[in-house]
Amino acid sequence: MATTIENLPSEKSERPIGFGRLKRKEDARFIRGKGTYLDDIRLPGMVYGAMLRSPYAHARIVSIDTSRALAHPNVAAVITAKDLETLGLAWMPTISYDTQAVLAGDKVRFQGQEVAFVIATDEYSANDALELIDVEYEPLQAVVNARKALDADAPLIRDDKTGQRDNLASPTWEAGDEEATNKAFAEADTVVVRDIIYPRCHPAPLETCGMIADFNPETGQLDIYNGNQAPHAHRTVYAHVAGLAEHMIRIQCQDIGGGFGNKVPVYPGYVCAIAGSIVAGVPVKWVENRSENLMSTGFARDYVMHAEMCSKDGKITGLRVDAIADHGAFDSTAQPTKFPAGFFHIVCGSYDLEAAHVKVKAVYSNKAPGGVAYRCSFRVTEAVYLVERMVDALAMEMKVDPIELRMQSFIAPEQFPYETTTGWTYDSGNYAETMRVAMELAGYGDLRREQAEKRARGELMGIGVSFFTEGVGAGPRKHMDILGLAMNDGADLRVHPSGKAVVSISAQTQGQGHETTFAQIVAEELGIPPEDVEVRHGDTDRSPYGLGTYGSRSTPVSGGAVAVVSRKVRDKARLIAATMLEASPDDLAWEKGRWYVKGDPEKRALIEDIAARAYSGEELPAGMEGGLDAQVIYDPPNLTYPYGAYIAVVDIDPDTAHVTVRRFVAVDDCGVRINPMIVDGQIHGGLAEGIGIALMEVISFDEEGNCLNSSFMDYLIPTALECPDFELGETVTPCPHHPLGAKGVGESPNVGSPPAIVNAVIDALHETHGVDHLDMPCTPARVWAAMQGRPEPPQ
Amino acid sequence: MNVSISINGDQVSREIEPRQLLVHFIRETPELTGTHWGCDTSNCGACVVLMDGKAVKSCTILAAMAEGHEIRTVESLEVDGRLDPVQQGFHEHHALQCGFCTPGMQMTARALLDENPNPTEEEIRIAISGGICRCTGYKNIVAAIRWAAEHEVTATQGV
Amino acid sequence: MKTPAPFEYERAASLDGAIATLQRLGPDARVIAGGHSLLPMMKLRLAQPKHLVDINDLDELSYIRRENGEIRIGALTRHVDLLRSNLLAEHFPVFRDAEEVIADPVVRNRGTIGGSLCQADAAEDLSAVCSAVKAKVVIRGANGERVVSMEDFHVGPYTTAVGDGELLTEIRIPIRPGGSSAHEKVERRAGDWAIAAASAAVWIEDGAIADVGIALSSVGLTTIHLTRAEELLRGKGPTRELFAEAGAIATEDCSPMPDGRGPVDYKRHLAGVLTTRALSRARARALNQEA
Repeated sequence: MATTIENLPSEKSERPIGFGRLKRKEDARFIRGKGTYLDDIRLPGMVYGAMLRSPYAHARIVSIDTSRALAHPNVAAVITAKDLETLGLAWMPTISYDTQAVLAGDKVRFQGQEVAFVIATDEYSANDALELIDVEYEPLQAVVNARKALDADAPLIRDDKTGQRDNLASPTWEAGDEEATNKAFAEADTVVVRDIIYPRCHPAPLETCGMIADFNPETGQLDIYNGNQAPHAHRTVYAHVAGLAEHMIRIQCQDIGGGFGNKVPVYPGYVCAIAGSIVAGVPVKWVENRSENLMSTGFARDYVMHAEMCSKDGKITGLRVDAIADHGAFDSTAQPTKFPAGFFHIVCGSYDLEAAHVKVKAVYSNKAPGGVAYRCSFRVTEAVYLVERMVDALAMEMKVDPIELRMQSFIAPEQFPYETTTGWTYDSGNYAETMRVAMELAGYGDLRREQAEKRARGELMGIGVSFFTEGVGAGPRKHMDILGLAMNDGADLRVHPSGKAVVSISAQTQGQGHETTFAQIVAEELGIPPEDVEVRHGDTDRSPYGLGTYGSRSTPVSGGAVAVVSRKVRDKARLIAATMLEASPDDLAWEKGRWYVKGDPEKRALIEDIAARAYSGEELPAGMEGGLDAQVIYDPPNLTYPYGAYIAVVDIDPDTAHVTVRRFVAVDDCGVRINPMIVDGQIHGGLAEGIGIALMEVISFDEEGNCLNSSFMDYLIPTALECPDFELGETVTPCPHHPLGAKGVGESPNVGSPPAIVNAVIDALHETHGVDHLDMPCTPARVWAAMQGRPEPPQ
Repeated sequence: MNVSISINGDQVSREIEPRQLLVHFIRETPELTGTHWGCDTSNCGACVVLMDGKAVKSCTILAAMAEGHEIRTVESLEVDGRLDPVQQGFHEHHALQCGFCTPGMQMTARALLDENPNPTEEEIRIAISGGICRCTGYKNIVAAIRWAAEHEVTATQGV
Repeated sequence: MKTPAPFEYERAASLDGAIATLQRLGPDARVIAGGHSLLPMMKLRLAQPKHLVDINDLDELSYIRRENGEIRIGALTRHVDLLRSNLLAEHFPVFRDAEEVIADPVVRNRGTIGGSLCQADAAEDLSAVCSAVKAKVVIRGANGERVVSMEDFHVGPYTTAVGDGELLTEIRIPIRPGGSSAHEKVERRAGDWAIAAASAAVWIEDGAIADVGIALSSVGLTTIHLTRAEELLRGKGPTRELFAEAGAIATEDCSPMPDGRGPVDYKRHLAGVLTTRALSRARARALNQEA
C-alpha cells in the first residue's frame, strides 16, 4: 500500500510566463472531486423536475390526464402545454428563426419529445410521477428517411406553421458557380460520382444537460445555474421569451462536464424549469438522464450527399455537391444567419479547384431537432468528410496514390490569402509541408510496403489519409450574426494595484483549459505570471457579452480579445512608465514585464510598479484617468483557417470484418500554440471521437421512428481499448490577421479523423474485395456486408 | 430503512428508501459530490468508487447493499494536504479536461495500482476500459497512471 | 438518472435463511447478487420486483475448488475471480477467454456466475461456456438439492429451472483427461454484448475426439447447443476440414435475430467462423500445441 507524497512544486524556472507547456490551474479542484457541476448544486427549498416524453415519433395527442400524478403526495405541480399557453411559453423561438414546442400540445413530432413536466420534492418521486400521467395518442405515419421527406405522400410534420405545405425546413442554398463547374466537368478526363451519408451521431458529453432556475418573486431576479456554452445569448433569449428584464437574469455556468455543441441550444426542460420557478417561487432543478440526452438533445450531422468530382492532367479541377440536411422535427440548428447550411460550402477543401457548385436544402423529419453540434465548426465536419472521401474516390479511379493526388492539387503557399471557388478567403497555409511531416511521422513508404506484404498473405491492412482546411472563429460582424447578435466577444482586463490581474471573458470553457490559457495570453502580453491572473467566465453578471464557446472560437475570438485588451493596458502602461521614468514614450522599449529606456535597460518600470503608480496619488500623464484596466469587444476581421494532415492505419479481420485502428498520425497546423499541452489534449480527444463516429457511433431509427440508440449500451463510445496511442506532429503557420497568430484547434481532430479512418477501411478492402465506398459507422456487420459486395447506407 | 455506511473512514447514517442507489447516497452526503453519474446503463464509469478496495460502479449498487463495507471516494485520495500520486500524475500529464470522468478514472487507477504496482500500458487500458472519457482520448490518462506507478513510495522505503 | 420503482429489501444471513425468505415471499421476490443485470433492468423499469433478497453476505457460496473429480464453483463467485483463477484456467481455459471479454473490469468485480446463468439471456457468455464444458448446476430448495444439466437448466429466454423458493448454489464441471476448451467472441466495442460468440470444449483420446461440447451465445433466443455438430465430431480425427464442417452446421443451426449488432446473415456467418476458431484453439490446447 503506497503512502502519498508531497505535492511536487514545479520548478519556477520551468514554468512559462506566457506561451508554453503550463500545467492547468483548474486541475486543483477537479482532481480532488471539488468541481461544481450542475447536479452538485443544492439550494434551500429546491424542488425537482422530470420530463414526460412521447413514446411515438409522430402522433396526435388526444388527451392528457395528470390527475393521478397530481395526487402523488410528493408532487407539487404538473405542467402541460395548456398551462404554458397561458404564459405564452408553449412554443419558443429557435436559433434558426423557427419555432419549437416547449411542451407538445397538438401533436408529438419525434420520439422523446417533451409532453409534460412534473415538479416534485425529490428526484425519485418525480420519476415515479411520470408513470402516473396518462396520455392518449393517435399514432401517425412517421417520416424517417430524409430522402423521402419531400415525397408527395409524405405526412406533413409542421402543420403548426401557417403556409407550410411540405417538410422543407430550409430552401436550397447555393454557393459557387454552376456554369463554371459544368465547364470543368465537361473538360475533365476523370469523373467520379458517389452518394455519401454522414449519419446522425451525438456529442454525448459525459455530463447531461440540466438547469436550476431560481426566481425570486420579491426582487424579480431570475438566477439560473446551467451548463451552457453561450450564456449571454441564452439570457437574451430568456428575456425575450419569458418577458423578463434581461438585467434581472443571471446565468451562472460553473463547471461543465463537456459541451461539444450539445450545450448550445435552449431546451424545453430549461424553459419548463424557469416557468416552474416563476410560478412556484422556489428553485426548480431539472437534470436529464442519459436516454433523454441521446433521444432529444442536439444531435449532430445527418447529411445525405450526392457528389461528383473531376480531374484533369493529374489535378483535381471540379466538385459538385447536392446535399439534404435532416434537421429533425424543429429547425434548431445553430449557425450564422446568412449561412443556413453553416460553413458546409468549405467543401471546396484544401485544393486549387477551377470551380465548385454546392447546393444544400434542409428537411424536417420525425426525429429530435438539431444538427449543428459535436465539434462540427458549423458543418465543416460534413464538408471535409465529403471532399476527403471524394478525393480518395478520385485517386482510386485515376489509379494514383491518394497523397500524390492531394500534393498535385493543393493550394500553394504563395497563393495565400486564397479565395476559394465558394467564397472563402483562407488566411495562410503550407499544405504540402504539413502533409510531408505526416508522411514522415507515419513512415508512409514503409506502411505501403507492409500493406503489400500483408495483402499477399491474405491479411487486410488499410492506410487512409485526410487533409483538411477548416474555418473557425466566427466571426466578422459584417458577415455573421446569430439571431441578429454579432459574433463578437469581449474581454475586460483589470490590473490591480498589486500588479495582479483579473481578465473576464465571454468564452465559456467546458474543459478546454481557459482558466490557464487565457491567463497565459495576459502573461505573454504583460509579463504578469499566469498564477497571478485570474480568469473569470461563466457568469453573465461578471463577464462581458459574447456569443460563447463552440465552433473553435475561443482562441480566435476571445483569445484575440484578450490579446487586444492586454495591449491596450500595455499601451497605457507605456504612457505611465514614461512619466515615471521621465522619458518620452517613444524612447521606451518593451521586454516582457517591463518598459525600459532604449539603450539604458537599467532605467525601467516593472508592470507591477506601473500598476501601483496607476492607482496612487502620484503624477500621471496629463489628462489620463487613474487605474490600469481596459475593455474590448473584438470583431475578428476574418475566420481563421487551421488545417492538418492525418494518416490512419487499420487492420481488418478477414473473417469477422472487425476493424482495429492500429495507428493514428495527426499533424495539425493551428498557427501559434498558446499551450502545446492543451492543444495536444484537444487533439487526442477529437481523434477518439472521430474513431467513435467512424466505427461505432450512430443514432438510428426504425421505420416507425423509434430511436434505436438511446442508451450507452447502444450508443457506443470508444474506450481506451479502441484508441491507439495517438502520434502527433505539428507545423506552425501563423494566422496573419490574428493578434497572436493563433488559429484555434478544438474541432480539427473531429473534422479530420473520420474521413481518414473510412478511407483506410476502403483502402484495405478495395483491391481484394472491390469495395469503393462504405458509409459510417464501419461496424463489423457493415464492413462484412461491404466485403460481400452489398454495402448499405446506415438506415 | 436506516442504513449506516462507512465512507472514507466515517460512518454515515441516514434514513433512506431501500431503492436508493449508492451513488445518490454518497452525493447527498455533505462535501461528497465528487462522485458523478453519466448514464443509465452502468456503462460510463463516472460513478466508480472503491468498495473494500475494489473499483465498483456505485450507480449499480443499492446503498443498502453497501452497509458493512468500506467505501472510498475521490475525496479520500488527498491526505493531510498531500495529493495521492494518482492525482499528481493526472495533473502532471494533463489527464483531465472537463474533469467529469476524473474521479471515476482516478479511483479505478488507485485500485489498479494497489493490486498491480507496475502495470503495462495494455493493462492500464484494460483497467480503465469500464469508463468513458469524451475529452482526453485516454492517451494522457494512461501516461498519468504510468507516472503514478513510477512515483509511488512504499511505506517500507519511506517518503 | 433513471431510478427504480419502490421495493422492500432484505439481506440473507444464511443460505437456509435465504431459501426460507424466498419461499415466504414467493414470485414477488427476486434474488440480488452482483446486481449488474437486475439493477439496470429495474432502473429502466423493465423489472419491478416487490422484494429484493440480497445474498451477497453468503460468502460460503464464493469458491472455486477441485472436489470429487470436478471443478466446483460457488454461484456467488465473481467474474473477476473466475478470470484470475489458475485452477480454473488450467482445466477449463474457456472461462478465462470468456471473462476477458465479459463486460468490463469494474463490472466484473461485482457480477457473479450465478447471476449470469440465472439471467438466462442468450447473450450471456457464461451460459455457453458452461454448456460447452458439460457443466451441471446445483439448485437448492426447502426440500433439498437437485443437480440439473445445462440443457435442463435453460428452459427458455430469461427462464431457468430455478423455481420460486429455490437458489442456484453451485456449478460442477467434470474433469476428464485429454481435454481443453476455448471461447471466441466478436463485439462492436470492448464490453459490449457479443454479436456472436462460440464456446468449444474437446476431449481427445488416441487421436480422436472422444467428446465435444459446442455452444453459441447471442445467436438465438437462448444459448444454442450445437448437438448436430457435436454428433458429427465425436469419434473422428480433429482436422481443420472437420472443424470447418462444424462451422457450417453452426451457421445453419443457430437462429439469430437482427438487431443493432448485426443482421441475420452476418450473425450466422460469425457463428460459423467463431465455432471453427474455438474448436481449433481448444484442440491446440488439448494437444499442448498452442503457442
